[in-house]
Amino acid sequence: MKTGLFSVFSALVLLVSGIFFPWSKTMLIIGLCYGLSALGVAIPAKSGQVSFGHAMFACVAAYSVAFIARAFPAMDGLLLLVLATLFGTLFSALLGLFVVRYRGIFFGMLNLAVSMVIVTLLGKLYNLSGGTDGIRVERPALMGMLTDRSEFETLLLVLTLLVGLSAGWFYQRFTQSATGEALAGLKSNETRLEYLGISAHKVLWVGYVWSGFWVSLAGAIFALAQGLVTPDMGSWTRSGELVFIMILGGASHALGPFVGAAVFQAVKLFASAYMAGVWQMLLGLTLLTVIAVAPDGILGAWQKRRESLRQGASS
Amino acid sequence: MNLDMLLLGIADGISYAGLLFLVSLGLTLIFGVLGVLNITHGSLYALGGYTAASLTAFAMHHALDKTPVLFLVLLLAAVVVGVLMGLLLEVVLLRYFQKKDPVIQLLVTFAAFVIFEDFQKLVWGSSPYSAGEIVSRLGTVELFDVTYTVYQMVVIPGIALASYLGLLFFLKKTLWGKQTVALTHHREMATALGVDVKKVATLVFVLGAVLGALGGALAVPVSALSPGVGAEMIVLSFTVVASAGLGQITGALITALMIGLARSMAVYVLPELDVATPYIIMLIVLLIRPNGLFTVAQSRRI
Repeated sequence: MKTGLFSVFSALVLLVSGIFFPWSKTMLIIGLCYGLSALGVAIPAKSGQVSFGHAMFACVAAYSVAFIARAFPAMDGLLLLVLATLFGTLFSALLGLFVVRYRGIFFGMLNLAVSMVIVTLLGKLYNLSGGTDGIRVERPALMGMLTDRSEFETLLLVLTLLVGLSAGWFYQRFTQSATGEALAGLKSNETRLEYLGISAHKVLWVGYVWSGFWVSLAGAIFALAQGLVTPDMGSWTRSGELVFIMILGGASHALGPFVGAAVFQAVKLFASAYMAGVWQMLLGLTLLTVIAVAPDGILGAWQKRRESLRQGASS
Repeated sequence: MNLDMLLLGIADGISYAGLLFLVSLGLTLIFGVLGVLNITHGSLYALGGYTAASLTAFAMHHALDKTPVLFLVLLLAAVVVGVLMGLLLEVVLLRYFQKKDPVIQLLVTFAAFVIFEDFQKLVWGSSPYSAGEIVSRLGTVELFDVTYTVYQMVVIPGIALASYLGLLFFLKKTLWGKQTVALTHHREMATALGVDVKKVATLVFVLGAVLGALGGALAVPVSALSPGVGAEMIVLSFTVVASAGLGQITGALITALMIGLARSMAVYVLPELDVATPYIIMLIVLLIRPNGLFTVAQSRRI
């Protein structure tokens, strides 16, 4: 409950800072989208299956936004988000049927392979997708309101924060649900899970579709916030960044991916201001440090510390 | 598509497959022994290539532009980069994270890869590098009606094949090689039987690293290197390794040939899809054989 209050509080802080520092709004939305996507990646990762292609769902949803907005310029932004997320999720449901049969490296690689095919096609089919330059997304009306840029960003920030909070709530509920526990069981021993009469494929599929849903939603919001979609959004290095964020923050609690995304964005911002050209190097070093000193991520380390403090107090 | 184009496609494919095979061979070897899917392999390819380009330019500048010297320079670049980087990565980095989950180890190599991407940009900038001199020196061959460079037709496939045979010899006939095979089968048992796991692991990693760098060094005379080339190569060699089955050496040879040929054919037939062909092949292969084409069945451990 405490963490729930903390999350709502941080959401409010972010909203206030977005209103007082208008330049930070897009950055906040994009950071939240990263966190949301990393949270999606964390769901199949519960079962030990780490995907190196999940950015493709964000990419599919973002292009859905662009295509639908191009075909129906008058469509409301909210409806765009819903439809695009639906497309992304449907795609993950279809792809899930195929990839849940694979484990470990093969699971990661298959996701990567599919994402590469999508990125390549989007880059090559110039007439349809605008090639590597991508497609511009004109700012739509949002919830029936035709707004200027700043108001639009504020509305989108509120929406994203609400989505982030519900995603966090969902994640906490899901990991404690029967399916969530079964996913964790798949990691420790799949054969035993099957002996209990639980279909590992089905459990993983459910987790996969949920993860596809959150990543798609993040991608759709990203498209609206940035106003531009490019094939790069689905590249494997982008997927790697999502895994990176998940590990950085830790996946033991829904806050983890968001903390990871915040650190990720902060490092990126810091590097682009003071050490342009070596931001990737800085990120790599951060990741190595986190893996070395806090293998459960920032949040895991914090939880452990709190635990040991509590034990110290009681004894 | 006429016959000339078909021949040209085959020639392209074989030369490309040779490079792909060298890189994949290193990757699959390292995976077999250390159980790590080494993403840094892409950096090795890129660094090998860049170093070879710089060394070639250096040699030309100092009037050492005899063909054998230029050729030796390529090999030298691969060995230097492979040994230095291999030692750095294995002894310093991977050994430190040895006890972690395979996924975490994968991320460790991803972090190192990302670091090297920037390192490479710092040293060589983002303008393309190439070293075409040796290709024109070696001249061309005529095969049926198609003219093709000796370098691509003979040198690259020759080195790829020699590496393959050399590695087989190493694994089958030498003590170190046999210890390596024992290690891939059962790490604990091999340790109990007195195999010095640390030494073998380092040796194999360095060997794999040299192969990765060699791929890059041999590629730079025929294709320009620019940032991002490492990222592209690592996923491509992943597809070869995964389609062949992890740790399968002969399988990697056949798969690399298959993917190389399919890709160069696609350039002529389906140009929109040429970059995607390797991935499509891998998807089809894994759909039919979930553990790769050449994997042998393993007993289940409950």
